[in-house]
Amino acid sequence: MSILINKDTKVICQGFTGSQGTMHSEQALEYGTKLVGGVTPGKGGQIHLGLPVFNTVADAVAQTGAEASVIYVPAPFCKDSILEAANAGIKLIVCITEGIPTLDMLECKVKCDDLGAVLIGPNCPGVITPGESKIGIMPGHIHLPGKVGVVSRSGTLTYEAVKQTTDFGFGQSTCVGIGGDPIPGSSFIDILALFEKDPQTEAIVMIGEIGGTAEEEAAAYIKANVTKPVVSYIAGVTAPAGKRMGHAGAIISGGKGTADEKFAALEDAGVKTVRSLAEIGNGLKEITGW
Amino acid sequence: MNLHEYQGKQLFAEYGLPVSKGIAAATAEEAVAAADKIGGDKWVVKAQVHAGGRGKAGGVKLVTTKEEIKAFAEQWLGKNLVTYQTDANGQPVSRILVETCTEIADELYLGAVVDRSTRRIIFMASTEGGVEIETVAEETPEKILKAEIDPLTGAQPYQGRELAFALGLKGAQIGQFTKIFLGLAKLFEDKDLALLEINPLVITDEGNLHCLDAKMTIDSNAMYRHPELKEFHDPSQEDAREAQAAEWELNYVALDGTIGCMVNGAGLAMGTMDIVKIHGGFPANFLDVGGGATKERVTEAFKIILSDSNVKAVLVNIFGGIVRCDLIAEGIIGAVEEVGVNVPVVVRLEGNNAEIGSKVLADSGLNIIAATSLTDAAESVVKAAEGK
Repeated sequence: MSILINKDTKVICQGFTGSQGTMHSEQALEYGTKLVGGVTPGKGGQIHLGLPVFNTVADAVAQTGAEASVIYVPAPFCKDSILEAANAGIKLIVCITEGIPTLDMLECKVKCDDLGAVLIGPNCPGVITPGESKIGIMPGHIHLPGKVGVVSRSGTLTYEAVKQTTDFGFGQSTCVGIGGDPIPGSSFIDILALFEKDPQTEAIVMIGEIGGTAEEEAAAYIKANVTKPVVSYIAGVTAPAGKRMGHAGAIISGGKGTADEKFAALEDAGVKTVRSLAEIGNGLKEITGW
Repeated sequence: MNLHEYQGKQLFAEYGLPVSKGIAAATAEEAVAAADKIGGDKWVVKAQVHAGGRGKAGGVKLVTTKEEIKAFAEQWLGKNLVTYQTDANGQPVSRILVETCTEIADELYLGAVVDRSTRRIIFMASTEGGVEIETVAEETPEKILKAEIDPLTGAQPYQGRELAFALGLKGAQIGQFTKIFLGLAKLFEDKDLALLEINPLVITDEGNLHCLDAKMTIDSNAMYRHPELKEFHDPSQEDAREAQAAEWELNYVALDGTIGCMVNGAGLAMGTMDIVKIHGGFPANFLDVGGGATKERVTEAFKIILSDSNVKAVLVNIFGGIVRCDLIAEGIIGAVEEVGVNVPVVVRLEGNNAEIGSKVLADSGLNIIAATSLTDAAESVVKAAEGK
C-alpha cells in the first residue's frame, strides 16, 4: 500500500510535448510510472515518447482510462488545465508549475472539491511512491521503498528528508510535495489523514516553513487524529518579518506565521521537532526506536 | 508589488469610490501648483513611501499656506522617511501627495486579504479606525467584523449591508458603505490584489463615508495580466540588490549577518540559514538560485552576495536533484575565477554526481572548502567567517 499513487496508476501529462513535459515524462517512464499518454491541444493524433497525444483531457481519459494527470503548462494557463482535468473526471491532479495567480487557485480549489478531484500543488515537486510511480520533478534515485510518509511545502527540503530516510534504511511509503504557494490544492491535514490510514506508512515526516497557519492547523489535527509518530522540521527561524522568502507563501505577516509559533504548536501536539534539517533521520530513529 | 497611496487612490477613483481631490508632486514647485489647482485654503501633504506609520514619523501634515507646502516638500523630497515599519535607513520619498482637507467625525477600518485557512477573500471591518488592525486583532478580536467572499458568486450587497449595520452606520451611510464594499471587492478581483486596506475609512463632519488612505498589494504572480499596473512599480522602494537579483530570476533577501548563502530551492535556502545560526553564525542573506543553477546564474549570485561588504565567508549548498553536481561545481569554479572571490567559500554538494563534483572542487586549486555533510558545511563556514 501507499497513498495517492501506485504502480497501476494511469497517468497523463498536460503540456506533454513542451520542454518540461518532455524531460520529466522521459524520466517518469524510465522510473516505471504508468504514463499512458499526454495532452497538447492541436497535436492530437501524434505520437510523442512512444505514447499517444490527445487534443483534450476528455479524449485522453476516454481512450486511456487515465485517472491522474500531471500539469507542466505555463502559469497563465494552469487554471484552465486544472479545470479541464477535473471536469474530464481526473481524480488526482498534480500541478508542478510555479507562479499561478492566487485568485485562480481560489476558484480551482472550489471546483476540484465539487468534482471530487484531489489537487496537489501548485509550485511543488509532485508525488512519488518509491519503486512504483513518480509523478513530478523529484530525482527518483534518492528514494527507497519503505515505511516513512513524507509531506512538505518545499521541494529541496523534501529531498533532504528523503535522502536521510534512505541513508538510515527506513525508506519512504509515499512522498508528497504540497507546494509553497499560499493556497495549495491539498493541505498538510489532507495528506496526514491519508498517511494515518495507510498500513505501509509507520511514521510521518512533515516539513513546514514560515507563513500562514497550515502547520498550526496540522498540529491540532495530529493531536486529535494521528496515532503514528510524526517528526517535523520548520524552515525559516532566521527569516525576517514582512519579506517573501522565495515561495509566495513563505512570509511572516503581521507578526504571524513564525517558525517558533509553529514549532511550539507541533511540540504541544506531541510531535518530535528538530531544529536542524540535518537531524530529521536521527529524530525518526529516536522516536520509533528503529 | 506594493502601491503608493496616491496610486491606490487613483484606482479607487476609477472604481467610483469617494477619495479626496489630490495630486502627486515630484518637486516643491509642483506641490505648490497642485494646491493652486485643487483650490481651498487648507490641505494635507503626505510623503509617499511603501510603509505605514507615516503620520507619527512627520510624513503627514495639515497645512494652510503655500509656504508650508513648499517647506514640507523641500524637507522630504529626496530624503528618507523612517517609520516603525521601515528599517533604520527608511524609505526614499520621491512624491508628495497634496490633498483637500477632510473634516473627520469618526474613523473606521476596512480591509481585505486572501485568507489561507478558508481559501477565500475575506473583508474585515472595524469601528477601531486609525489603529493597526493587528493590534485590534490581538486586544479586541470581537471588534473585527468579517465577510467571506464566495469565489464563484463574488461579493453580494447583503454582505455589505450586514457589515454596515454591525458597524453602527445609519441612514444613507448604509448605502454608501455597501457601494464601497462592492467596489473594493470588484477592484480586488479585477486587479488581482493580495491585500487591501483603508485605514482610516472616515465619516466626515457631514456624515459621509470617505476613503482617507489606501494601501494595496498586487499579487506578483498575476502581474503578467496587468500591463496597466506596470507603471505603478517604484523600484526606489526596494532594496537595490534584491531588485538586481530579481532581474536574474534569483530570489535574494538581504540580512545583517556575515555568512553569504547560495542555495537551490527556497525551503533549503531557509533551512541553510537556520543551520548556520544553530552552529553560531549569522546569515548575510537568503538566496535561492532556483532549479537551473547554471554558471551564469551562479556567477551573478556570487556578485550579489559579495556586494555586501559584511560577508566574511560564503556557503554554497546545492542538492542536485535533476541537475548534475559536477556541472554545478564547474559553474562555481568559473564564477569564483570570474568574480575574483577573496573570502573563503564552503561548498556542500549532494545528490546527482556529488562525489565527482566535490573532487572537481578539491582539484581546482581555489580557496574552496568541500564539506562532507550539511552539518560539516555549517560548522566549516562559521569557522571560516571567524577567520579560523
